[in-house]
Amino acid sequence: MYILRRLFAAVLLLLIVSAVTFAIFFLVPRLAGQTPTELAAQYVGRDPSAAAIKAVEQNLGFDKPLYQQYWEYIHGIFAGRDFQYGPDASHCGVPCFGYSFKSHLDVWPLITSRLPVTASLAIGAAVLWVVSGVGIGVLSALKKGSLLDRLSMGIALAGISLPIFFTGLISLALFSYKWPIFANDVYIPITQNPLMWAKNLVLPWISLAFLYSALYARLTRAGMLETMGEDYIRTARAKGLPERTVVVKHGLRAALTPIVTIFGMDLGLLLGGAILVENVFSLQGIGQFAVLAIQNQDLPEIMAVTLVAAFFIVVANLAVDILYAAVDPRVRFL
Amino acid sequence: MSKKNPLEKQAAEQPEPETDILLKPVQEAPGSAFLSVRDLRIHFNTDDGLVRAVDGLTFDLDRGKTLGIVGESGSGKSVTSLGIMGLHRTARARVTGEVWMDGEELVSADADRVRQLRGQKMAMIFQDPLTAMHPYYTVGKQIIEAYRVHHPEASRRDARAKAVKMLDRVGIPQPDRRVDDYPHQFSGGMRQRAMIAMALVNDPSLLIADEPTTALDVTVQAQILDLIRDLQQEFGSAVIIITHDLGVVAELADDILVMYGGKCVENTSAENLFTEPEHPYTWGLLGSMPRIDRERQDRLVPVKGSPPSLINLPQGCAFHPRCPFADRTHGASETEIPLLVETAPQHRVACHLPQATRKEIFAQEISPRL
Repeated sequence: MYILRRLFAAVLLLLIVSAVTFAIFFLVPRLAGQTPTELAAQYVGRDPSAAAIKAVEQNLGFDKPLYQQYWEYIHGIFAGRDFQYGPDASHCGVPCFGYSFKSHLDVWPLITSRLPVTASLAIGAAVLWVVSGVGIGVLSALKKGSLLDRLSMGIALAGISLPIFFTGLISLALFSYKWPIFANDVYIPITQNPLMWAKNLVLPWISLAFLYSALYARLTRAGMLETMGEDYIRTARAKGLPERTVVVKHGLRAALTPIVTIFGMDLGLLLGGAILVENVFSLQGIGQFAVLAIQNQDLPEIMAVTLVAAFFIVVANLAVDILYAAVDPRVRFL
Repeated sequence: MSKKNPLEKQAAEQPEPETDILLKPVQEAPGSAFLSVRDLRIHFNTDDGLVRAVDGLTFDLDRGKTLGIVGESGSGKSVTSLGIMGLHRTARARVTGEVWMDGEELVSADADRVRQLRGQKMAMIFQDPLTAMHPYYTVGKQIIEAYRVHHPEASRRDARAKAVKMLDRVGIPQPDRRVDDYPHQFSGGMRQRAMIAMALVNDPSLLIADEPTTALDVTVQAQILDLIRDLQQEFGSAVIIITHDLGVVAELADDILVMYGGKCVENTSAENLFTEPEHPYTWGLLGSMPRIDRERQDRLVPVKGSPPSLINLPQGCAFHPRCPFADRTHGASETEIPLLVETAPQHRVACHLPQATRKEIFAQEISPRL
């Protein structure tokens, strides 16, 4: 029941996001006085004839009412769509996120080809930052005030403060150029050569994980300091449990709950494109795709990448909600 | 009533105030009792200074007996109980003195040894059963965990059966079903019952109950106290009840120890404490307690002032700024810390007032008001 409700909310949210995105790109310009003809003019070559523009306008359906255009867009995602461009007809298969008239390609395959890059980057970094961030956070909390605590919290502060294009470029300069340990190389699919895949991603992973593990270390430390002062920790000690069990099973378990929430959001956000890291390390992921799409003012591409990013965030949210119910038994009954 | 006699006789034989000091000081060697606490001191180093939360506490407790430790907030009651359990982190607390349990000294014992005794030979229940249980684990799991840590050989099934049995024993209906419930699905009273089941699952010889009924409503309080008494008779364990509520100890305790400012100010049998209290602070506590067993009662008299800061205890007797009779000690209460002396068998008091004066004040000024 809880999961069904959450699922329904997630679908509704995606619909709203798509409608808002669509409105931003197609309704707002029109409100500002742009005619469908002017919009169509962007999709034709230089110095087009009025007839050519008119043809494009009709082929792309810009002359139809907006709600119909929106319906066709959504319908296309689930049923595919046919586009007329000049003399050619092209079929855009399911799921059809539109056809880029600038690159003359369907949008969806462009995104799927970039997805593994972003996923490799995000998931690899996530594993790294969760293990290191939570580990350091727990140790700092247990040894509060010690040298280890102060040192790691100092580094964490630096990690949070330094922008990723700074740490990324520094790591490239040091470990790729001064000491060429990790070549600033192209992405190699994991299916092709797992070792090279990992090796080429080490620097992006570390740059990304540095930022996040700093954040997670501080969060974990604060959470652990709070839970280790709880009454139930005293109860656990009074039962005669070994300190290790007290810390992990009773303290960390409770401290992790908020971290699970934030982790889901962070990972969802990154899967929608790690814009800075991908650009610094020239990784051809979703984030870089988004930047290019915006630079080219390629509306179908921007629209699609926005929806994909929104999809990941909504799914991550859903996963967090479900996970939360699994972690905290009190949630289910709310 | 027979307990009154030696006291009266003593008072009659020794009318001179000075002889008070000659009464024998409290024996400091560990006795043969099951639990012997000797000169227990628990100090905390804080940024504001040294907190002497417990400062030289000595008492004995036999198996099958119940000791009530009574005092206001900050008198050192809870710190004492955590100290006996070895639950103070060594980094912050400095625990000295001796705690002998069944011939074994715990303060100087290896931390791992004390951990083994914790939950097995000595167990504790806490004030707020809502926060004292882990919200993420079922009640059954938490009891099973308490059992299996000291019975690693027990199978999951046996441990679970044991948990169900304990829940049944503490009066939780449908224990085989409730064992899989989470603490938040239990009512406050049920939760405290479950805490008691968890504490008693290893059949401990010593049970410490730290304000076990404070967080519960009055009707449930009585049930929980009855339960503790029944279980004590069944298991024969020694029980320490820590409370600020004299009504609680009146129901349960064999002996009562009144604490003030980290020290014991009066220690005697429950009967004596209610009929022959000797310390002005005890009088204050009794006077501020509503009683339905008395016909006439004018008005509750609070102990004036507030408990002292443990960092900066008043010079001399810690109670003297609040004591209505301090002026009758000829200044002694402001300069000297009164020793805990045995004024009668099983009756120890730390007060500068001569015993005869105390008896007189109690008979004339205090007793009629109670």
